[in-house]
Amino acid sequence: MRMIRVLVLLGCAITFMPRGGMTQPTSNLVERPAPQFVRGDLDGRQIDLKEFRGKVVLLNFWATWCAPCQIELPRFESWQKRYGAKGLQVVAVSMDDGEAPVRRTVRRLHLAFPVVMGDAKLGEAYGGVLGLPITFLIDRNGVVVTKLKGETDLEQLESRVKALVAR
Amino acid sequence: MSVRIWSKIIVFVVVIGMLAGVGAQAQFSNVDDAPLSAMTVPQGQLIQPAELAGMLKTSGTERPVVFQVGSFVMFQQAHIPNAGFAGPGSQANGAILLKKLAAPLQKSQLIVIYCGCCPWGRCPNIGPAYKELRDLGFTNVKALYLPNNFGDDWAVKGYPVERGE
Repeated sequence: MRMIRVLVLLGCAITFMPRGGMTQPTSNLVERPAPQFVRGDLDGRQIDLKEFRGKVVLLNFWATWCAPCQIELPRFESWQKRYGAKGLQVVAVSMDDGEAPVRRTVRRLHLAFPVVMGDAKLGEAYGGVLGLPITFLIDRNGVVVTKLKGETDLEQLESRVKALVAR
Repeated sequence: MSVRIWSKIIVFVVVIGMLAGVGAQAQFSNVDDAPLSAMTVPQGQLIQPAELAGMLKTSGTERPVVFQVGSFVMFQQAHIPNAGFAGPGSQANGAILLKKLAAPLQKSQLIVIYCGCCPWGRCPNIGPAYKELRDLGFTNVKALYLPNNFGDDWAVKGYPVERGE
């Protein structure tokens, strides 16, 4: 009986052990102007962040091998459709090493918002992208208002987006 | 409570635990295509950041060979000093590069692999890289346990990093 109790406790520990990656808002870059960049997207369009001034920008760093990113991206696509007319612009930065898998994922997930390729320079400009996903919310004045690292609570994030586009 | 009820509880808990453990494979439509989860690395083969940081100060046989098995873009931003870039463990080119880097090493050499691209249970690279090295016959392979990511669990905590290639 004692052994059974130990096994149950062990099972519970494995099941409910923290797996990390919860949403962690940080102060880094928050309340500062978003670092500017100009990049070509996968369709060859020039994406200049400052041209989105006046819109709320959801800037997401992701990669094809990042499991939580695959969950977030389709939601961001649905928000782009729902809140785009109210001033939301989603921009995704892939931190993959090559374009080919990115194109496949964009096709598979039917992403219509701009997707650009990132690199170490852009990552460093945004405080170091040393773990994915990372999402920034940038207000209509081009100021970073939120930084979220790891698996995001999407309901909470959508509430923030709604509040920002309502301003 | 009877043994029968306890048995049912155990089965329930283990099944739930297994379902939670396959989170890293959630994005793959075919389970056969999914990379091995980092959760497949035995607990005894994990090394904590503080322990590795201490070992990096040593020299000779105690000093491990460190390989980063994640993306090059992240490696360029910051990596453990003197770590070799071995490529994403979940991709074919990563497996080839890892094999090439490990080829000159003795099978008993202490090798530490790390990624930190994603939360531990979601990392697609550690599990395959660990298995690759074990399959190649390396007997002393450890995986750096980074519960959240390389930034939060290594760089932000002040452990040494290098930039560039």
